Amino acid sequence: MAYSEKVIDHYSNPKNVGTLDKSKANVGTGLVGAPECGDVMRLQIEVDEQSGLIKDAKFKTFGCGSAIASSSLATEWLKGKTVDQAMEIDNMDIVEELHLPPVKIHCSVLAEDAIKAAINDYRVKNGLPELVEEKKH
Amino acid sequence: MELKLPIYLDNNATTPCDPRVVEAMLPYFTEKFGNAASRNHSFGWAAEEAVDYAREQVAKLINADPKEIIFTSGATESDNLALKGVYEMYQSKGNHIITCTTEHKAVLDTCKHIEKLGGQITYLPVKEDGLIDLAELEKAITDKTILISIMYGNNEIGVLQPIREISKIARKHGVLLFTDATQAVGKIPVDVNADGIDLMAFSAHKIYGPKGVGALYVRRKNPRVKVTAQMDGGGHERGMRSGTMNVTGIVGLGKACEICMHEMEAEAKRLSALRDKLENALLELEESYVNGNREHRLPHVCNISFKYVEGEGLMMGFNKNIAVSSGSACTSASLEPSYVLKALGLGDDLAHSSLRFGLGRFTTEEQIDYTINAIKDTVLKLREMSPLWEMFKEGIDLDKIEWAHH
Repeated sequence: MAYSEKVIDHYSNPKNVGTLDKSKANVGTGLVGAPECGDVMRLQIEVDEQSGLIKDAKFKTFGCGSAIASSSLATEWLKGKTVDQAMEIDNMDIVEELHLPPVKIHCSVLAEDAIKAAINDYRVKNGLPELVEEKKH
Repeated sequence: MELKLPIYLDNNATTPCDPRVVEAMLPYFTEKFGNAASRNHSFGWAAEEAVDYAREQVAKLINADPKEIIFTSGATESDNLALKGVYEMYQSKGNHIITCTTEHKAVLDTCKHIEKLGGQITYLPVKEDGLIDLAELEKAITDKTILISIMYGNNEIGVLQPIREISKIARKHGVLLFTDATQAVGKIPVDVNADGIDLMAFSAHKIYGPKGVGALYVRRKNPRVKVTAQMDGGGHERGMRSGTMNVTGIVGLGKACEICMHEMEAEAKRLSALRDKLENALLELEESYVNGNREHRLPHVCNISFKYVEGEGLMMGFNKNIAVSSGSACTSASLEPSYVLKALGLGDDLAHSSLRFGLGRFTTEEQIDYTINAIKDTVLKLREMSPLWEMFKEGIDLDKIEWAHH
């Protein structure tokens, strides 16, 4: 199976690998997947309290090249968005951008789940209700 | 010598043809193209002579009689012929076959088929090191048992089953022993008489011969073993395997066996030294583990798990330059991690994190040195990116986390 150029680029030069201080109130952390399934993603957002914009996003991923690329791309897209805008990132956008083959679609689903988990963590920390996902994968 | 990329370390999947094998085969494509079954002209005679000579070369490597060699299209066909052929032939004696969970799919799926036909199959578990328990094997034998099918050397972890001990048990109970020796023949000494083997499958493309040709050894004396043909036709191979002889392929298999006969001892010594160098260097990485018994093992194989990194992701770091394979689900058609590694009791997470190295005749020390560096670098890079590694380093017990399974 050949990887797309974009997957290879994100894998070779991943954007925003790292860890944010999860004890901070304006940092939301999402940890999704399971080691037995072969992929675990941790995605974090840091929200600017003044503007409400996501000023930083970091990830760490255990998984195949497509999983790493999906999370790397997700962190790039998150930066500069409002939390509400971030909620709208759809896994199929990631599939299209990275040209993921059907067998790798679950990597993009996981990235979307990680975004939503991070946002919910941020919301709960700040006294907001958790957003329930309307679509089920 | 300058290092040429990419490096091929997947010799358990297949091997390149040895140029000496190709050279031996070439005349049989063109001027000596006859059908070995054409008994009445010189074209047929030349082909038949070539097949007979190859049969001797093959027989010699495994200490068999040439008459005991049946040429097939490869090990999968040989596995099918042995299992189904014995099941059909010995139906009046019983319907029970004993095999084990780490066998190749060509054996396991054939056994599944036999179950559908009404056969009883016992799938013996293996111990943590990949070896079967001989006491359990003996316990599994019933008065309906007709065949024990245990592989010689495992394709994923290289573990060598104690075939001689298994044979003693089989003989004691009057049960036939079949072994898939695809990974072992031509790599280590395999002697059907000393080992007490009744049927044995192997293939040319694992021993520097061409793809599409293999053999089934069928014992003719003490005891005389018979298999029911699984392909109807012209009655070739003494009625056991019909179909026009693949003369070029058979010549290639014969030559490949002859070369192995002369070179395997030195080759095994050289490759086990290189394998150990590779393995010891990779074990310097924290949290890396060899899968399977390290002592009872093929000389050229090594299977290692690098905890907290995923196999496919790992291979992507160097697969432009190095060819290996992984037990990760992402690399298999079924999207399940390796059933062989799981049979050893490895968790799915470790199975996902495994790489298999298969060294071969054309592997050089320069290639191994390059591989050591490339793999170490990639493992370290991916661990920096792995949330599991970070958690492990923080002392978090990953087994205690409630993972969201999806």
